[in-house]
Amino acid sequence: MFRQLLSKIKSAKRRSHIASLQPNQLTQMVRMVAATRPHEIGCDECFEQLDRFAELHLAGRNAVEALPLVQDHLDRCGDCREEFELLMTALRAGAETA
Amino acid sequence: MWYLGAAMAERSNQEWLADLQGAQREAAIADLRTVLLRGLRYGMASYGVTEADLEDFVQEALLKTLDNLASFRGEALFTTWAQKVAARVALSELRRRRWRDVSLQDLLAEHEGSDFTPDILTDQGSSPEQAALRRIMLDKIQRMIAEELTEKQRQAMSAVMQGGMPLQEVAVRMGTNRNALYKLIHDARQRLQRRMQREGIVPDEILAMFAEG
Repeated sequence: MFRQLLSKIKSAKRRSHIASLQPNQLTQMVRMVAATRPHEIGCDECFEQLDRFAELHLAGRNAVEALPLVQDHLDRCGDCREEFELLMTALRAGAETA
Repeated sequence: MWYLGAAMAERSNQEWLADLQGAQREAAIADLRTVLLRGLRYGMASYGVTEADLEDFVQEALLKTLDNLASFRGEALFTTWAQKVAARVALSELRRRRWRDVSLQDLLAEHEGSDFTPDILTDQGSSPEQAALRRIMLDKIQRMIAEELTEKQRQAMSAVMQGGMPLQEVAVRMGTNRNALYKLIHDARQRLQRRMQREGIVPDEILAMFAEG
Protein backbone atom coordinates (compact mmCIF):
# COMPACT_ATOMS: atom_id res chain seq x y z
CA MET A 1 0.00 0.00 0.00
CA PHE A 2 2.70 2.41 1.08
CA ARG A 3 4.85 1.33 -1.83
CA GLN A 4 2.02 1.98 -4.25
CA LEU A 5 1.51 5.43 -2.82
CA LEU A 6 5.22 6.16 -3.01
CA SER A 7 5.35 5.02 -6.59
CA LYS A 8 2.36 7.25 -7.44
CA ILE A 9 4.04 10.25 -5.88
CA LYS A 10 7.27 9.51 -7.72
CA SER A 11 5.45 9.12 -10.97
CA ALA A 12 3.61 12.43 -10.47
CA LYS A 13 6.94 14.08 -9.75
CA ARG A 14 8.43 12.55 -12.87
CA ARG A 15 5.71 14.14 -14.95
CA SER A 16 6.22 17.57 -13.46
CA HIS A 17 8.10 19.03 -16.41
CA ILE A 18 5.81 18.07 -19.22
CA ALA A 19 2.69 18.07 -17.13
CA SER A 20 0.36 19.59 -19.66
CA LEU A 21 1.43 18.69 -23.15
CA GLN A 22 -0.49 20.87 -25.58
CA PRO A 23 -1.48 19.46 -28.97
CA ASN A 24 0.84 21.83 -30.84
CA GLN A 25 3.71 20.71 -28.63
CA LEU A 26 2.75 17.10 -29.12
CA THR A 27 2.88 17.41 -32.90
CA GLN A 28 6.13 19.34 -32.67
CA MET A 29 7.61 16.64 -30.49
CA VAL A 30 6.31 13.82 -32.67
CA ARG A 31 7.95 15.49 -35.68
CA MET A 32 11.23 15.83 -33.78
CA VAL A 33 11.10 12.21 -32.72
CA ALA A 34 10.12 10.93 -36.16
CA ALA A 35 13.03 12.79 -37.77
CA THR A 36 15.57 11.40 -35.32
CA ARG A 37 18.50 9.49 -36.79
CA PRO A 38 20.74 7.09 -34.90
CA HIS A 39 23.80 9.05 -35.94
CA GLU A 40 23.65 12.81 -35.60
CA ILE A 41 26.60 15.06 -34.92
CA GLY A 42 26.63 17.49 -32.00
CA CYS A 43 27.34 21.21 -32.01
CA ASP A 44 31.10 20.76 -31.52
CA GLU A 45 31.54 18.43 -34.45
CA CYS A 46 29.38 20.70 -36.59
CA PHE A 47 31.51 23.70 -35.62
CA GLU A 48 34.70 21.83 -36.51
CA GLN A 49 33.49 21.32 -40.06
CA LEU A 50 31.60 24.58 -40.50
CA ASP A 51 34.44 26.49 -42.19
CA ARG A 52 34.85 23.81 -44.84
CA PHE A 53 31.09 23.55 -45.26
CA ALA A 54 30.84 27.34 -45.76
CA GLU A 55 33.62 27.38 -48.33
CA LEU A 56 32.01 24.58 -50.32
CA HIS A 57 28.81 26.63 -50.36
CA LEU A 58 30.62 29.77 -51.47
CA ALA A 59 32.41 27.88 -54.20
CA GLY A 60 29.04 26.66 -55.50
CA ARG A 61 29.91 23.07 -54.69
CA ASN A 62 27.45 20.61 -53.24
CA ALA A 63 28.19 21.09 -49.54
CA VAL A 64 25.20 19.00 -48.46
CA GLU A 65 26.42 16.00 -50.41
CA ALA A 66 29.98 16.41 -49.14
CA LEU A 67 29.04 16.96 -45.50
CA PRO A 68 25.49 15.67 -45.02
CA LEU A 69 25.72 15.44 -41.25
CA VAL A 70 26.62 19.11 -40.99
CA GLN A 71 23.53 20.09 -42.98
CA ASP A 72 21.45 17.70 -40.90
CA HIS A 73 22.70 19.32 -37.71
CA LEU A 74 22.08 22.83 -39.05
CA ASP A 75 18.50 21.81 -39.86
CA ARG A 76 17.96 20.79 -36.24
CA CYS A 77 20.01 23.30 -34.24
CA GLY A 78 18.99 26.96 -34.30
CA ASP A 79 22.16 28.18 -32.56
CA CYS A 80 24.48 26.53 -35.07
CA ARG A 81 22.30 27.63 -38.00
CA GLU A 82 22.44 31.24 -36.83
CA GLU A 83 26.24 31.04 -36.59
CA PHE A 84 26.50 29.50 -40.04
CA GLU A 85 24.33 32.24 -41.54
CA LEU A 86 26.43 34.95 -39.92
CA LEU A 87 29.60 33.24 -41.12
CA MET A 88 28.30 33.14 -44.68
CA THR A 89 27.36 36.82 -44.67
CA ALA A 90 30.69 37.75 -43.11
CA LEU A 91 32.59 35.78 -45.76
CA ARG A 92 30.55 37.44 -48.50
CA ALA A 93 31.69 40.80 -47.12
CA GLY A 94 35.17 39.80 -48.26
CA ALA A 95 33.82 38.91 -51.69
CA GLU A 96 32.05 42.24 -52.10
CA THR A 97 35.04 44.33 -51.14
CA ALA A 98 37.47 42.26 -53.19
CA MET B 1 41.17 33.38 -52.97
CA TRP B 2 38.56 35.43 -54.68
CA TYR B 3 36.40 36.28 -51.71
CA LEU B 4 39.08 37.31 -49.28
CA GLY B 5 39.32 40.92 -50.24
CA ALA B 6 42.21 42.98 -51.44
CA ALA B 7 42.72 45.01 -48.27
CA MET B 8 44.71 42.36 -46.47
CA ALA B 9 48.01 40.90 -47.41
CA GLU B 10 47.52 37.71 -49.36
CA ARG B 11 48.79 34.90 -47.20
CA SER B 12 48.62 31.18 -47.53
CA ASN B 13 47.47 29.21 -44.48
CA GLN B 14 51.09 28.37 -43.72
CA GLU B 15 52.03 32.03 -43.96
CA TRP B 16 49.26 33.04 -41.59
CA LEU B 17 50.42 30.49 -39.05
CA ALA B 18 54.06 31.47 -39.42
CA ASP B 19 53.37 35.20 -39.29
CA LEU B 20 51.06 35.00 -36.30
CA GLN B 21 53.72 33.14 -34.37
CA GLY B 22 56.83 34.89 -35.67
CA ALA B 23 58.40 38.26 -36.24
CA GLN B 24 55.43 39.43 -38.31
CA ARG B 25 53.01 38.81 -35.46
CA GLU B 26 51.85 42.39 -34.94
CA ALA B 27 51.18 42.99 -38.63
CA ALA B 28 49.45 39.63 -39.03
CA ILE B 29 47.20 40.26 -36.02
CA ALA B 30 46.31 43.70 -37.37
CA ASP B 31 45.43 42.19 -40.77
CA LEU B 32 43.36 39.45 -39.19
CA ARG B 33 41.56 42.01 -37.04
CA THR B 34 40.69 43.96 -40.19
CA VAL B 35 39.30 40.87 -41.90
CA LEU B 36 37.21 39.79 -38.91
CA LEU B 37 35.90 43.25 -38.19
CA ARG B 38 34.85 43.79 -41.78
CA GLY B 39 33.09 40.44 -41.82
CA LEU B 40 31.21 40.98 -38.57
CA ARG B 41 30.32 44.57 -39.41
CA TYR B 42 28.76 43.41 -42.65
CA GLY B 43 27.19 40.26 -41.22
CA MET B 44 25.74 41.94 -38.15
CA ALA B 45 24.36 45.05 -39.82
CA SER B 46 20.84 44.11 -38.76
CA TYR B 47 21.71 42.99 -35.23
CA GLY B 48 21.69 46.42 -33.59
CA VAL B 49 25.23 46.19 -32.26
CA THR B 50 27.61 49.11 -31.83
CA GLU B 51 31.07 49.49 -33.34
CA ALA B 52 32.44 49.07 -29.81
CA ASP B 53 30.57 45.76 -29.51
CA LEU B 54 32.02 44.59 -32.81
CA GLU B 55 35.53 45.50 -31.66
CA ASP B 56 34.99 43.58 -28.42
CA PHE B 57 33.77 40.52 -30.30
CA VAL B 58 36.75 40.67 -32.64
CA GLN B 59 39.17 41.12 -29.77
CA GLU B 60 37.82 38.03 -28.03
CA ALA B 61 37.81 36.09 -31.29
CA LEU B 62 41.44 37.05 -31.91
CA LEU B 63 42.45 35.79 -28.48
CA LYS B 64 40.58 32.53 -29.02
CA THR B 65 42.09 32.12 -32.47
CA LEU B 66 45.63 32.75 -31.25
CA ASP B 67 45.11 30.37 -28.33
CA ASN B 68 43.90 27.62 -30.62
CA LEU B 69 46.24 27.84 -33.58
CA ALA B 70 47.34 24.28 -32.92
CA SER B 71 43.82 23.01 -33.57
CA PHE B 72 43.63 24.59 -37.05
CA ARG B 73 43.56 21.62 -39.41
CA GLY B 74 43.86 23.54 -42.64
CA GLU B 75 40.64 22.17 -44.14
CA ALA B 76 39.57 25.68 -45.08
CA LEU B 77 41.25 29.03 -45.45
CA PHE B 78 42.72 30.31 -42.23
CA THR B 79 40.61 33.45 -42.43
CA THR B 80 37.42 31.39 -42.86
CA TRP B 81 38.36 29.41 -39.78
CA ALA B 82 38.99 32.57 -37.77
CA GLN B 83 35.76 34.16 -39.03
CA LYS B 84 33.89 31.09 -37.85
CA VAL B 85 35.30 31.65 -34.37
CA ALA B 86 34.31 35.32 -34.53
CA ALA B 87 30.74 34.46 -35.57
CA ARG B 88 30.36 32.12 -32.62
CA VAL B 89 31.91 34.56 -30.14
CA ALA B 90 29.65 37.40 -31.29
CA LEU B 91 26.41 35.43 -31.25
CA SER B 92 27.24 33.74 -27.94
CA GLU B 93 27.69 37.14 -26.34
CA LEU B 94 24.50 38.51 -27.86
CA ARG B 95 22.52 35.50 -26.63
CA ARG B 96 23.97 35.92 -23.15
CA ARG B 97 22.91 39.56 -23.09
CA ARG B 98 19.49 39.03 -24.57
CA TRP B 99 18.51 36.23 -22.18
CA ARG B 100 20.36 37.46 -19.11
CA ASP B 101 17.21 38.11 -17.10
CA VAL B 102 15.21 35.02 -18.04
CA SER B 103 15.48 31.92 -15.89
CA LEU B 104 14.60 28.45 -17.03
CA GLN B 105 11.86 28.43 -14.40
CA ASP B 106 10.35 31.56 -15.96
CA LEU B 107 10.41 29.92 -19.36
CA LEU B 108 8.83 26.69 -18.16
CA ALA B 109 6.32 28.49 -15.94
CA GLU B 110 5.13 30.40 -18.98
CA HIS B 111 4.32 27.05 -20.52
CA GLU B 112 2.67 25.67 -17.41
CA GLY B 113 0.67 28.87 -17.02
CA SER B 114 -1.00 28.18 -20.33
CA ASP B 115 -2.66 25.07 -18.94
CA PHE B 116 -6.16 24.92 -20.34
CA THR B 117 -8.28 22.50 -22.28
CA PRO B 118 -6.95 23.02 -25.77
CA ASP B 119 -9.42 24.14 -28.42
CA ILE B 120 -8.47 21.20 -30.54
CA LEU B 121 -9.93 18.87 -27.92
CA THR B 122 -13.20 20.75 -27.54
CA ASP B 123 -13.54 22.02 -31.08
CA GLN B 124 -17.15 22.08 -32.22
CA GLY B 125 -16.12 20.75 -35.61
CA SER B 126 -14.59 17.58 -34.21
CA SER B 127 -16.71 14.70 -33.07
CA PRO B 128 -16.68 13.52 -29.44
CA GLU B 129 -14.96 10.33 -30.69
CA GLN B 130 -12.20 12.36 -32.31
CA ALA B 131 -11.74 14.46 -29.20
CA ALA B 132 -11.59 11.31 -27.06
CA LEU B 133 -9.00 9.71 -29.32
CA ARG B 134 -6.87 12.83 -29.17
CA ARG B 135 -7.09 12.92 -25.40
CA ILE B 136 -6.05 9.26 -25.22
CA MET B 137 -3.09 9.92 -27.50
CA LEU B 138 -1.98 12.96 -25.50
CA ASP B 139 -2.10 10.91 -22.32
CA LYS B 140 -0.22 8.06 -23.95
CA ILE B 141 2.59 10.30 -25.15
CA GLN B 142 2.80 12.01 -21.78
CA ARG B 143 3.11 8.62 -20.14
CA MET B 144 5.93 7.69 -22.52
CA ILE B 145 7.74 10.89 -21.69
CA ALA B 146 7.37 10.22 -17.98
CA GLU B 147 8.55 6.64 -18.24
CA GLU B 148 11.31 6.89 -20.85
CA LEU B 149 13.07 10.16 -20.09
CA THR B 150 15.19 11.32 -17.20
CA GLU B 151 14.26 14.45 -15.31
CA LYS B 152 17.04 16.33 -17.12
CA GLN B 153 15.83 15.14 -20.50
CA ARG B 154 12.27 16.20 -19.74
CA GLN B 155 13.45 19.59 -18.63
CA ALA B 156 15.57 20.00 -21.76
CA MET B 157 12.77 18.86 -24.09
CA SER B 158 10.31 21.20 -22.37
CA ALA B 159 12.65 24.16 -22.74
CA VAL B 160 13.32 23.38 -26.38
CA MET B 161 9.64 22.85 -27.21
CA GLN B 162 8.76 26.04 -25.41
CA GLY B 163 10.91 27.70 -28.04
CA GLY B 164 12.74 30.95 -28.08
CA MET B 165 15.57 30.35 -25.67
CA PRO B 166 18.75 29.37 -27.51
CA LEU B 167 20.21 25.96 -26.74
CA GLN B 168 23.35 27.66 -25.43
CA GLU B 169 21.32 29.53 -22.82
CA VAL B 170 19.27 26.50 -21.80
CA ALA B 171 22.56 24.64 -21.38
CA VAL B 172 24.06 27.30 -19.10
CA ARG B 173 20.98 27.18 -16.91
CA MET B 174 21.15 23.41 -16.70
CA GLY B 175 24.81 23.48 -15.73
CA THR B 176 26.00 21.93 -18.97
CA ASN B 177 27.17 23.03 -22.40
CA ARG B 178 25.43 23.24 -25.75
CA ASN B 179 27.07 20.16 -27.25
CA ALA B 180 26.24 17.98 -24.26
CA LEU B 181 22.68 19.31 -24.19
CA TYR B 182 22.20 18.53 -27.88
CA LYS B 183 23.37 14.98 -27.21
CA LEU B 184 21.08 14.66 -24.19
CA ILE B 185 18.11 15.69 -26.33
CA HIS B 186 19.20 13.40 -29.15
CA ASP B 187 19.24 10.51 -26.70
CA ALA B 188 15.77 11.54 -25.46
CA ARG B 189 14.41 11.62 -29.01
CA GLN B 190 15.90 8.19 -29.68
CA ARG B 191 14.33 6.72 -26.55
CA LEU B 192 10.92 8.07 -27.50
CA GLN B 193 11.37 6.86 -31.07
CA ARG B 194 12.14 3.31 -29.89
CA ARG B 195 9.22 3.34 -27.48
CA MET B 196 6.84 4.53 -30.18
CA GLN B 197 8.10 1.76 -32.46
CA ARG B 198 7.60 -0.82 -29.71
CA GLU B 199 4.06 0.35 -29.15
CA GLY B 200 3.31 0.46 -32.85
CA ILE B 201 2.62 4.18 -32.85
CA VAL B 202 3.07 5.68 -36.29
CA PRO B 203 4.08 9.37 -36.19
CA ASP B 204 2.18 10.22 -39.38
CA GLU B 205 -1.02 8.86 -37.87
CA ILE B 206 -0.66 11.06 -34.80
CA LEU B 207 0.04 14.09 -36.97
CA ALA B 208 -3.03 13.31 -39.08
CA MET B 209 -5.13 12.84 -35.97
CA PHE B 210 -4.25 16.32 -34.72
CA ALA B 211 -4.35 17.98 -38.10
CA GLU B 212 -7.98 17.32 -38.92
CA GLY B 213 -10.97 19.44 -37.81
